[in-house]
Amino acid sequence: MSGLLEVRGLTVELPTPSGWVRPVNEVSLRIGAGESMGLVGESGSGKTMLSLALMGLLPPGARVSGEAKLAAQPQASTKNLTTLSEREWRDVRGGAIAMVFQEPMTSLNPVMRIRAQIEEAIRAHQPKLKTDEVKRKAIDALRLAAVPEPESRAEQFPHQLSGGLRQRAMIAMAVAAGPRLLIADEPTTALDVTVQKQILDLLDRLRRELKLGLLFITHDLGAVAQVAERVAVMYAGRIIEEGPARNVLAKPQHPYTQGLLRASPTLKRGTLTPIPGTVPQLTALPPGCAFEPRCELRRAECAGAVPALRIISSDQAARCILV
Amino acid sequence: METLLSVRELRKTYRRGGGVFSQESEGARFTAVDGVSFEVARGETFAVVGESGCGKTTLARMLLRLIEPDSGEIQFEGRDLLGLHGADLRAARRQMQMVFQDPYASLNPRMRVGEIVSEPLAIHEPVLTRDQRLERTAAILRRVGLTEEAMQRYPHEFSGGQRQRIGIARALILQPKLIVADEPVSALDVSVGAQVLLLLQELQREFALTYVFISHSLPVVAQVATRIAVMRAGQFVEVGLAEQVLNQPQNVYTRELLSAVPELPRA
Ligand SMILES: Nc1ncnc2c1ncn2[C@@H]1O[C@H](COP(=O)(O)OP(=O)(O)O)[C@@H](O)[C@H]1O
Ligand code: SF4
Ligand SMILES: [Mg+2]
Repeated sequence: MSGLLEVRGLTVELPTPSGWVRPVNEVSLRIGAGESMGLVGESGSGKTMLSLALMGLLPPGARVSGEAKLAAQPQASTKNLTTLSEREWRDVRGGAIAMVFQEPMTSLNPVMRIRAQIEEAIRAHQPKLKTDEVKRKAIDALRLAAVPEPESRAEQFPHQLSGGLRQRAMIAMAVAAGPRLLIADEPTTALDVTVQKQILDLLDRLRRELKLGLLFITHDLGAVAQVAERVAVMYAGRIIEEGPARNVLAKPQHPYTQGLLRASPTLKRGTLTPIPGTVPQLTALPPGCAFEPRCELRRAECAGAVPALRIISSDQAARCILV
Repeated sequence: METLLSVRELRKTYRRGGGVFSQESEGARFTAVDGVSFEVARGETFAVVGESGCGKTTLARMLLRLIEPDSGEIQFEGRDLLGLHGADLRAARRQMQMVFQDPYASLNPRMRVGEIVSEPLAIHEPVLTRDQRLERTAAILRRVGLTEEAMQRYPHEFSGGQRQRIGIARALILQPKLIVADEPVSALDVSVGAQVLLLLQELQREFALTYVFISHSLPVVAQVATRIAVMRAGQFVEVGLAEQVLNQPQNVYTRELLSAVPELPRA
């Protein structure tokens, strides 16, 4: 598999009153063209910080180390993304790498027509395109995102669209400039289940048709099962399990992944088992396995050192001494 | 089974639009809750499930008279709730409490947790001494899984799950009969949401509580409901025993909702 995105040992550190914390800690992952990776974790696990690092949108004062490389045009993106200047980022962001957010209302401009916003996204990366070319591309993008009656929808303002259509417009804007990698951060969390299913199907179709690498970020194991071929589970800044979605979700090896599945409500009654305790604060991480205080299988040595990511099979790994 | 709450033909309309555009839409009204009737038996969990905007929150708030219905009847313990005033209404209200979706927005950020949780006692049981009030507050906080030290702290010092526990403690301190919970776990992480769902179930058994449980999520509702009402555009399209609604749905829309729930691969 040719790697499209290759992340190695990516670490993000943020200053807090009680010292530096690491919301992303030595994360490595790889996404091929046309591949989808689901990144699962509860709040505070570092998912959003990781995606912001890949978009060059980290808050000021953040420290980044490690490597993130994208094998795609333009030239800047084959460099280590963590070292790009803001100027170089302007080419990559929205160009080779695009992002869809949870709440389209916060990333769409409320006083601009949908068409103008998509055109702006296209012009930012293809400044030499003629006006009618840009216009045609914008409508094409809406059509690609399965927005019904794209010509008339294009003339509307964001608040005139339903939640589901707004999310489609966001997706149209994201794919308009022809990205290679699409990062979708909780893109369906604010939507009703029936709409959610349509948006997940849309992302899946775009990935296949456009050969996009898709990094799908969510706390919802059901949603991840629907779109991701591979799954990485994050806990306290680290990936604690990774593998093919069907393996990780059906035969999880890490006690946290197992716990998360048992704590996820399904239509089956009487099966819910919570994980005791809460996600640890990044300012007070346990010295060994970060899950140790909540783990029912812990042993004395778990508190000693952070367990390595152990290989389970050729394509599955978990960060637990028991595997 | 004995009926605790009985609702007949409850209706609420709102003016369409509002705010700066209200002039152009003057007179145009739409119906948020459209003639809903149901009964809730003592000790059961009556769940209302539906997508956003279908009228769940409006219904929940009308049950507690936080919103006045346009028409319809609500009987609580056989008394006409909408006809009550003054002391009678206050007496009925202490028997019915609400747990909200957003534990961030529903707790006063400037009050200490001890004051937040004990405030209903100060209003409804003013004869209690300060020590008695503190003792009751500490006891209920312990029961929902928090420590007494929590009383001295402010809401922002707690995680989402802990804040929802504070909200539950406040709702329970008067030992009400009915709890109306509007999306109580929607804002919480999966592992913490499951803790809160199980806590609500334990508390129900322990304090003989009756729940009206409102959620957009069928999987969540499936965990707690005795009966399920499926709501769409202000109306109940299907009401039945939970097993029945989940396994033999009669209504097309119920089936649509069920089939949109993503499935997890099985081992
Ligand atoms: N105070 C209000 N004024 C006008 N419209 C309202 C008001 N409150 C709710 N609505 C509208 O009533 C409908 C039902 O709302 P709500 O009861 O909040 O639904 P749900 O809780 O199921 O999402 C929605 O269309 C909503 O926008
Ligand atoms: S390393 Fe130990 S504490 Fe951590 S998940 Fe494995 S068994 Fe549990
Ligand atoms: Mg609501």
